[in-house]
Amino acid sequence: MKAFSRLHETLKRCEFAVTGECGPPRGANKEVIDKKIKLLNGFVDAVNVTDNQTAIVRMSSIAASAHLVAAGLEPVMQMVVRDRNRIAILSDIMGAYSLGIRNIPCLTGDHQKFGSQPDAMNVFDIDSMNLLRTVRNMRDTGKDMSGFDLDTAPQMFIGAAANPFADPFEYRVIRLAKKIDAGADFIQTQCIYNMDRFKEWIRLSREEGLTEKVYILGWVTPLRSAGMARYMKNKVAGMDIPDTIISRMDGVDKKDQAEEGIKICLETIQELRELKGVSWVHIMAIEWEEAVGKIVRQAGLK
Amino acid sequence: MITGSQKPIKEIIGLVEPYQKILILGCGTCVETCFAGGEDEVAVLASALRLGFKKMARSIRIEEMTIERQCENEFIQEAAAGVARNDAVLSLACGAGVQALAKRFVKDVVLPGVNTTFIGIQERPGVFTGKCSGCGNCGLAVFGAICPLTRCAKKLLNGPCGGSQKGVCEVNPDTPCAWHLIIERLTALGQLDSLRTYIPPKNWNTSLSGGPRTLIREDHIL
Repeated sequence: MKAFSRLHETLKRCEFAVTGECGPPRGANKEVIDKKIKLLNGFVDAVNVTDNQTAIVRMSSIAASAHLVAAGLEPVMQMVVRDRNRIAILSDIMGAYSLGIRNIPCLTGDHQKFGSQPDAMNVFDIDSMNLLRTVRNMRDTGKDMSGFDLDTAPQMFIGAAANPFADPFEYRVIRLAKKIDAGADFIQTQCIYNMDRFKEWIRLSREEGLTEKVYILGWVTPLRSAGMARYMKNKVAGMDIPDTIISRMDGVDKKDQAEEGIKICLETIQELRELKGVSWVHIMAIEWEEAVGKIVRQAGLK
Repeated sequence: MITGSQKPIKEIIGLVEPYQKILILGCGTCVETCFAGGEDEVAVLASALRLGFKKMARSIRIEEMTIERQCENEFIQEAAAGVARNDAVLSLACGAGVQALAKRFVKDVVLPGVNTTFIGIQERPGVFTGKCSGCGNCGLAVFGAICPLTRCAKKLLNGPCGGSQKGVCEVNPDTPCAWHLIIERLTALGQLDSLRTYIPPKNWNTSLSGGPRTLIREDHIL
């Protein structure tokens, strides 16, 4: 398979890749994006751009990704099936490709109940599995969903999400296989604090031969305080933070907790690098972008 | 059955306020079973309205009646005289019943007293859950007879999403994850392998997306 993006190229060379995060702003201010670009540029291979994450209305992932392209950074443009039907999705993907966007994780999207517009009608015309298949088919056959021969079909490096911490645990591997079959080239996972469970999921995936077929990323988020750890454990859907992590954060002085959070993060990255079947680490420092460069340097990733 | 729940009394008072004489018309089938619009509910609502209007120092004449089914003309016919005697009908049927009355009584005001909720079942006494969306293209054979289009908040055909934890839906901790139930049931049936198959996008043409729906049975047309 040829390389569809720079990120793809890096991974094909068997280099351990690192990506950062750019959540588009709640507004039309491009400067917010520029600021994040400055903090990430030089430290990461690509930047994940979220699509109205947690169902809060933000600048579109396509526009934010285009700003990144213009700045020379490679975007990983998430696309969710919550807000668009198949017509809008295909049209947006063609537009995104024309703007130089080459990586696309195809996701379900958080339910709007938790977002800024809980009264909105959700779309879910097709599910993420079918979006994957559609984007792959477009790339590999040159045809859109209706079978029409496109004048230049988008050729993207395609991603999917898997949550190793969601239930039912064993079925997660079957669903991962289904996503790979549907066209996933890479897999974004959930934030890793429960390393035992992540390792078990990787082991099961490896047994099924799945880790040979896709690039799996490990996602880390440095904890800034014990309070943040507790909040994420109790309030964020799909988050699995073991008590050992909480008590480790509690165990140090408040002023040293951020440092401890980075230490935990560096340990996780080290474990991920040694884990067979993990190809890259995604560092998402929530409202703490300046930590990314520090972590990348200290981990010796760049 | 089709389930519904009676509208709040305040809203109903607002609806009937402009009229002097109203007929509260119950429906003796689905909405009676879910305690929203049967004979008992008609009687209780009539008393509540009389009391409410008395408090407001307003007079209103209320007639009560319940027919077997408001969605069928032969039963609707029984209400014709009552409808004619009053200024408006407050129907306690589902949305289909309300519209059937409006179609039959072209010149009369028909008001809804019930919020129609879903096609569902009584889970246990007093608890009803939605089970079918009437999409017109049943796929239950694939999903172990559990409908993800009705019972998954995201209508996923290839679920579950990442928000499924301990068998519970991320949208509401009191709701089981439909996909968890599907997996459990297919596992018990020894058919979990069927979920490894790719399930293609839904053809929504048979649902409302394809336009207002009509069912034609040529062999029964007179």
